[in-house]
Amino acid sequence: MLSVGDFIVLPSQNLRKQEARASRRRSIDRWFGRIGLLSTIGTLGVLAILLLNLAASGLARIDWQFLLSFPSRRAAEAGILSAWVGTILLMIVTASVAVPLGVAAGIYLEEYAAKNKWTDFIEINIANLAGVPSILYGLMALGLFVYQFRFGQSVLAGGLALACLVLPIVIVATREALRTIPAAIREAAFALGATRWQAVWHHLLPYSTGGIATGVILAMSRAIGESAPLITIGALTFIAFLPPAPILAQAPFMSFDWLFSPFTALPIQMFNWVSRPGEEFQSNAAAAGLFLMLITLGMNGVAILLRKHAQRNIKW
Amino acid sequence: MNPIPAVQVSGEKDIAGVEVKPEVKVEIQNLSFFYGRNQVLRNVSLDVPAYQVTAMIGPSGCGKTTLLRCLNRMHDLYPGNRYEGSVRLHPGGTDILGPGMDPIRVRMRFGMVFQKPNPFPKSIYENVAYGLRLQGMNKRRDLDERVEKALRESALWDEVKSRLHQLAHNLSGGQQQRLCIARAIATDPDVVLFDEPTSALDPIATSKIEELIVEMKKRVTVIIVTHNLQQAGRISDRTAFMYLGELIEFGETNRMFTNPAKPQTEDYISGRFG
Repeated sequence: MLSVGDFIVLPSQNLRKQEARASRRRSIDRWFGRIGLLSTIGTLGVLAILLLNLAASGLARIDWQFLLSFPSRRAAEAGILSAWVGTILLMIVTASVAVPLGVAAGIYLEEYAAKNKWTDFIEINIANLAGVPSILYGLMALGLFVYQFRFGQSVLAGGLALACLVLPIVIVATREALRTIPAAIREAAFALGATRWQAVWHHLLPYSTGGIATGVILAMSRAIGESAPLITIGALTFIAFLPPAPILAQAPFMSFDWLFSPFTALPIQMFNWVSRPGEEFQSNAAAAGLFLMLITLGMNGVAILLRKHAQRNIKW
Repeated sequence: MNPIPAVQVSGEKDIAGVEVKPEVKVEIQNLSFFYGRNQVLRNVSLDVPAYQVTAMIGPSGCGKTTLLRCLNRMHDLYPGNRYEGSVRLHPGGTDILGPGMDPIRVRMRFGMVFQKPNPFPKSIYENVAYGLRLQGMNKRRDLDERVEKALRESALWDEVKSRLHQLAHNLSGGQQQRLCIARAIATDPDVVLFDEPTSALDPIATSKIEELIVEMKKRVTVIIVTHNLQQAGRISDRTAFMYLGELIEFGETNRMFTNPAKPQTEDYISGRFG
């Protein structure tokens, strides 16, 4: 049975309860702050240790001789010339395939396609593709590009494999960049009589360049560190020559033979050195890793600058 | 100009009881609009007179903005929409909802100004020039001339003539909206549609836009959707009152506000609902 007294709480008692609850809430708040700070420091610390470690054993090895020499059995004479040239050529192939395809697909999905079950399905699957393990892209490229299309274990096959790998990232980045443009801007263009393509070409693409470029560079810095798909399609680990030059001294001045040349790349060269015995090869690996890391950080820096630059005139 | 109206507004009388027969610019006949299975406009018929300001009023969701956006086929941009009936643009009487009518051609004849100022993140000059460029004008001298004309007609020229190539976003909200008006009129459209153009502006900027609209009707037919009854009263010649997707009453603004024919109109205008 309830009595009247059950419903009456004396003011002082009530206040004390509230105060106790508030101090408990404050202490949970404080503790979360501490835990958050700790996890931030922990994560950044691991990264710093990694970088310092690489620098400690590799920094001394980075010099012109190292950058301009082919790999060698003698660790002190070995270098990463064929590796970084291979990496750059791969990136050229990857970018020239993944950027136009990815941006076009992103524009289509965001601006042209009707929003229905099919496009939802496609959207989910693009997100899924971004999560497929990279070695599977390697297997796909081995079957399709190396054997079916007979591109061989070439720069072209490797670049295409990496392009497939980063294509979903470029598509998603393009869509997100387009989505930040308010509908009112599209309607303003359409109301003046623009076609969809004119709205895209005159407005949406220029206004989303920063976002798209950032996404593209992040995709490239993902591709540049990949080794699994390249090993799967059969990139070589010891290459003492460069692919044929793309620019010739006499007509026709251009050559695409380099596309079909065997290649190696920085992560593969590094992997090769790590698996060798001997202190010296380890520091070669660390130096190659450091160099790769610097390229990646440099690319991310460029991405940030690009975004700042492209966005400076744009506010909604 | 084109003196021969194809259709006359019949039965309209001004305060003195004299029958007014203005030239009709946009003749809306039995217009229904469906969003999916949802019917948003029900059999609206309305003759918009040329060189006048026609206001559309009514509570939220009554279909006034939907009606406005039918006139430049903005609904075509989104899937699942369907029009029934006809909207004829005079002189000529082309049905802009007719089969084979390209929405892009329609939009080049109907300028539109939106609720919030929405200039492109480009220069003031490029904002005004964009519609002209779309219509194929690319000689610098022609563009300069038309941009200046449009900016003068939107009472913005003196404020921006020294900084035409600066970003439009550096202008104030009211200036941005006048820039959007300049952008809409630069191509000499037949009709300019205003969708609550002052709802995001302060009273001073609002009164400038209102003056501009009254001034504009010498050159162009204006249709304005507004939430603000006083605004409709101040600037419009004719008012259409809509409710639940239907046109309840349409007539000369003074008469509508002083002596509405329908009880719903009276209730809305006197503030009993809405």
